[in-house]
Amino acid sequence: MWSSFKRWFHQWGSPKWFYERSLVWSRWLGLIALLCIPTSIIWGLFFAPADYQQGNSFRIIYLHVPAAVLAQSCYVLMAIAGLVGLVWKMKVADVVLKSAAPIGASFCFLALFTGAVWGKPTWGTWWVWDARLTSMLILLFLYFGVIALESAIQDTITAAKAAAILCLVSVVNIPIIKYSVDVWNTLHQPATFKLTEKPAMPMEMWLPLLIMTIGIYAFFGYVLFLRSRNEIIERERRTLWVRELVERESVA
Amino acid sequence: MNPKRKQRLLAVTFIVFGVGAAVGLALFALSQNINLFFNPTQVEAGEAPVDQRIRVGGMVVEGSVNRDPNSLAVTFDLTDYQGVVTVAYTGILPDLFREGQGIVTQGRLDAEGIFQADEVLAKHDENYMPPEIQRAVDKANRAETSY
Repeated sequence: MWSSFKRWFHQWGSPKWFYERSLVWSRWLGLIALLCIPTSIIWGLFFAPADYQQGNSFRIIYLHVPAAVLAQSCYVLMAIAGLVGLVWKMKVADVVLKSAAPIGASFCFLALFTGAVWGKPTWGTWWVWDARLTSMLILLFLYFGVIALESAIQDTITAAKAAAILCLVSVVNIPIIKYSVDVWNTLHQPATFKLTEKPAMPMEMWLPLLIMTIGIYAFFGYVLFLRSRNEIIERERRTLWVRELVERESVA
Repeated sequence: MNPKRKQRLLAVTFIVFGVGAAVGLALFALSQNINLFFNPTQVEAGEAPVDQRIRVGGMVVEGSVNRDPNSLAVTFDLTDYQGVVTVAYTGILPDLFREGQGIVTQGRLDAEGIFQADEVLAKHDENYMPPEIQRAVDKANRAETSY
C-alpha cells in the first residue's frame, strides 16, 4: 500500500510522464466545464427562484461564491505545490505553482468585483473594511506578489524557491479568510457553501450553485493543465523527449 | 524518506507553523480592533467611545422606526437581544432596511447616548429562499401565534 503510494507519488517527478498523461485529463476537465457552466448559468439566471429579500440581485451568487471558493482553493494548491517543490524538488510542482498563480488571481479579482457589485444594492456600499473583504483583498495582493516574484527572478530554480516560500508563509491567510465571518463582527454574511452542513437555501437554488462550483473547478483544472503543459515544453526544450516530440509533431 | 528531504520537510513545517502561530497571536491581540462594529450591549456598557466615528450593528427593533413626515430624518432602535441603542439618521435607507433586519450604522455617539448615524448599511444573512416559502413560513408563524 505504502510502496504503491510512493511509486504513484514519484511519478509526478517526471515532466515527461505529466505531459503525456495531462492531455487526456485536461480534455475530460474541459468537457465537464463545458457541460456544467452553461447549464448552471441558464438554470441559475432564468429558472432558479428569486430571493425573498434581495429579489433578482441575489443571482450574482452563482458567480461570486464559486469564484471566491476557487480563489482560496487555488492558493492552497499552490502552497502544497510549493511544499512538494521545496522538499522533494519536483519540477512539475514548480511548474504548477507558477501556472496556477495568474488563474487564481483572476478568480480572486472576479470574486472581489462581483462582491462589490452585489454589495452596492444590498448593503448600500461598494466596499467596507471588514475582516472578510480585507483579507480577500490581501489574497489578491499575495497572488500579485507570487506572480511578480516568478517573473522578477531570471533563474527558474531560484524563482520557484522564492515563490514557494512566499506561498507557504502566506497560506496562513486562507484560514483567516475562511473564519473571519465567524470570529469577528463583519458586514459579510457567514459562509453559504458548507460541505458538512445542510445548505442554507432550498434545493432549486442550491443545485445550480453546486453545478457551477464543479464547473468552475473543472475549468480551473483545464486551464491549469494547458498552462502547465506549455510551461513544461518551454522549460524542457533542450531535453531529448521534447525534441523528439517536436520532430514527430512537425512530420505529422 | 531520505535524510535531506526529511530535514527540508521539518524546516518548512517549522516555518509554516511558526508564521501561523505568530499571525494567530497578533490577530488574537488585535481581535477587538478588527471587529467592524460595536454591539448595542457594548455601547450600553460604555465600551464604545463617545463623539468618535464608530460603527454600531444590530437588529432593527420591530415597531421602533419613526419617520419624520416632513424630511428624510428617521429614528429607530438597534438591539442584539440584550442591549438597545437608539439611532438617528437623515438620508435614504438601503433597500434591505426593514424592521427585524440586521444593519450596520456608522456615526457618532452623542452625550445623551443617541447614535447620530451618517451611514446605514444593511446586513443580510446566509439564508436565501424563494418568496413563496417566506410567505408560507409567515403563515405558519401566524397560525401558531393565534392559538
